[in-house]
Amino acid sequence: MNTVTDIQFQFTDEHQQFRESLRRFLKDTSAVTSVRSLMETESGYDQQVWQRLNGELGLQGLIVPEQYGGSGFGMMEMGIAMEEMGRALYCGPFFSSSVMAVTAIDLIASEDQKLRWLPQIASGDMIAALAVAESSDSDLLTSVQTCVAAADDDEGYRLTGNKRFVVSGCQADLLLVVARLPGTSGLAGLSVFAVSADAPGLSRRGLSVMDRTRKQAELQLDQTPAELIGHYGQAGRKLQMVLDLAAIALANEMVGGAEKLLQDTLDYTRLRVQFGRTIGSFQAIKHRCTDLLLAVELAKSAAYFAAESAGRDMGTLAVDASIAKAQASEVYLLAALETIQLHGGIGFTWENDTHLWFKRAKSSEVLLGDPVWHRARLVKELVSESGGQL
Amino acid sequence: MTSQDLTEIAEQARTWLEETWDPDRDLVAWRNLLADSGWGVPQWPKQWFGRDMNSAESAVVEQALASLDVVGVAKSGIRMLAAATLLEHGTDEQKKQFLRGILTGQENWCQLFSEPGSGSDLAGAITRADKDGDRWIVNGQKVWTTSAHHADWGLLLARTDWDEPKHRGLTYFVIDMHQPGVRVSPLRQMNHHASFNEVFMTDAHVEAQHQVGSLGSGWQVALTTLAHERRGADGLRSPGVAMDIKARRTGRIYQQEQVEIETVMEPYKWYPQRAGRVDLVLPRAIETGRVNDPAVVQELAKLIIMARSAQWTAKRARAAQQAGRKQGPEGSLGKLAASNVAKLAARVHTLIAGADAMLEGADAPLEGLIAEILMSTPAVSIAGGTDEIQRNIISERVLGMPKEPRSDTGPFRDVRRN
Repeated sequence: MNTVTDIQFQFTDEHQQFRESLRRFLKDTSAVTSVRSLMETESGYDQQVWQRLNGELGLQGLIVPEQYGGSGFGMMEMGIAMEEMGRALYCGPFFSSSVMAVTAIDLIASEDQKLRWLPQIASGDMIAALAVAESSDSDLLTSVQTCVAAADDDEGYRLTGNKRFVVSGCQADLLLVVARLPGTSGLAGLSVFAVSADAPGLSRRGLSVMDRTRKQAELQLDQTPAELIGHYGQAGRKLQMVLDLAAIALANEMVGGAEKLLQDTLDYTRLRVQFGRTIGSFQAIKHRCTDLLLAVELAKSAAYFAAESAGRDMGTLAVDASIAKAQASEVYLLAALETIQLHGGIGFTWENDTHLWFKRAKSSEVLLGDPVWHRARLVKELVSESGGQL
Repeated sequence: MTSQDLTEIAEQARTWLEETWDPDRDLVAWRNLLADSGWGVPQWPKQWFGRDMNSAESAVVEQALASLDVVGVAKSGIRMLAAATLLEHGTDEQKKQFLRGILTGQENWCQLFSEPGSGSDLAGAITRADKDGDRWIVNGQKVWTTSAHHADWGLLLARTDWDEPKHRGLTYFVIDMHQPGVRVSPLRQMNHHASFNEVFMTDAHVEAQHQVGSLGSGWQVALTTLAHERRGADGLRSPGVAMDIKARRTGRIYQQEQVEIETVMEPYKWYPQRAGRVDLVLPRAIETGRVNDPAVVQELAKLIIMARSAQWTAKRARAAQQAGRKQGPEGSLGKLAASNVAKLAARVHTLIAGADAMLEGADAPLEGLIAEILMSTPAVSIAGGTDEIQRNIISERVLGMPKEPRSDTGPFRDVRRN
């Protein structure tokens, strides 16, 4: 057993301080009462808090390299940020802009493009979103059908197609749209294009989502002018990495939410009295809570490990991401269902807060690939690692 | 602890080993050297064969030993539980008498806790010890006693006071297993092995100086033993794999160690199978072609995800320990996680084997190894504390949930029992 690796399973004191200051910040600015009122607004988030998130914590540029105005941190720090946001059900476009879009630009864009976009995203002044999915298919990249054509005037490209499930798509100033060369399939022929929010031929519509704390959009592109990011038709492999890093970030967010639900459940079982004693003193309840604790801790381990590993060994990214995402998907939902069940009737009401996390859990379960897809991919990757083929 | 200090420790250990280690030495002589030098159990106290090292430091020493393929002190079975208990609660005479024999492997141990009438409710033991002058007379029956048939000494929990509440009437002893009053009878298990025994004590003797801890403190002492037992169940150790590697090396000491593995270690032969042998699952799925069945793939993936997450959770716990931090909940969950992994592994092995899962012995996949997994995994959620008891402990100690109301708090004499 490698001792060095063992030590890496531990957050540093700086990590803990970062976590605590963010937790305090979110406790003040993202209390469940504000979440409830923000989720009913069109934009879905508080512009002032978004600015403070940058001003006080510099969070939007957390993983933006320093030369582009960010803090240059890695996935481990991002994991902590996401975990705390998941706990607080933070509503801002952080995941879309500071995780998905930043990662895509950082991995794929040219130097000139990075200089143009990353500093603005890092300061929170620009919100960007990554548009990949088009159908309910978990295999996001291979199911891309949006087509790219060279513009008639030879100035850039034009995109035509529909995008769905674009996280913060209506809030974004800059849309990063994945499209494919006509006649290609699979990961081949994929490119990313930048589309301005006010581009002609682009129409956006907010989807009616169950989880109102995370807005999603549908985009219709009809001969929409677009700027190529990176190399033409060669972004497939890099895009898969972007989605895997996003899945790891999402998994960390999910375990934050799951742990919060477990805490809620424990608090409730300590208060609620039936048959003359607190329900938390019944073995039937204690055992369920213990099983939930175990599930949450295993999911945390997988999410932490994936985040730590992403900064060290990109060779295992797909495996780590699928383990973390599949596990977090199952466990977050389990935590939400158990929380509702152990609250009894009150857990099923709108007034009780559990449904807010339940809906985030449900949405996160199938966002960026459902657990069935991730498990199938995991085995495929492991088989090919061991020299076989599926 | 800086990494420089750790490097220095590794250097020191390696230097000593390079000067001293010789695979043609006698096993016991070598282990005596390890004990006297403190390199065998560096985490133990200096005056008792150790070097007062923390777990990060001793992990480095362990690596140095492993890298040179050095045979370590005898660690198998109950002996390390005995050592941990004696180090914490034993008298200096007891440590002097027993610790060296534990490390050299010359003396074997067993744990006499469970009884036919008290399994999960260990503190309900009714084996009695009555003072008779300078010694104790023991009468009663123990059960599920692993390796009692090899044991020289037993860790005994016995009732010395029937008027106290049950947890306060117990005392902890070391009992000599080689005496006419002790009879050991093997229990045949559902997986064909017979690692466990029933132990009958009829007017057996325990010397007064072999009482461990004070009169009536037996439960507290037993908790030390149990804590070490559960800590060892986090799935990070895999004796089965080590056994295979050691069989291939040459040198007199390895031969002697091999004899030890085949005799004293024999009761533990099936333990890797009990843990589910997750390592076999992917190769078996590929080999049988079952990896092309999407339903099998899903279950296979669930198992790999659970097993890896459990391993990472155990590593998180260990890392926290090595960094000198207070352990979070992850530290208490290892045994329960390992139990879930084993159960799921049995399911997946069955899915892969298909109808072959009906077979055992030479007709069965891997000459019966898969059958042994299927027949052994039910033990994992029982041995060393059932899953249900683990859940009670975790919910109370980690989650801070209240205890169930009890009906066994009065004098033990009046408590209802089997």
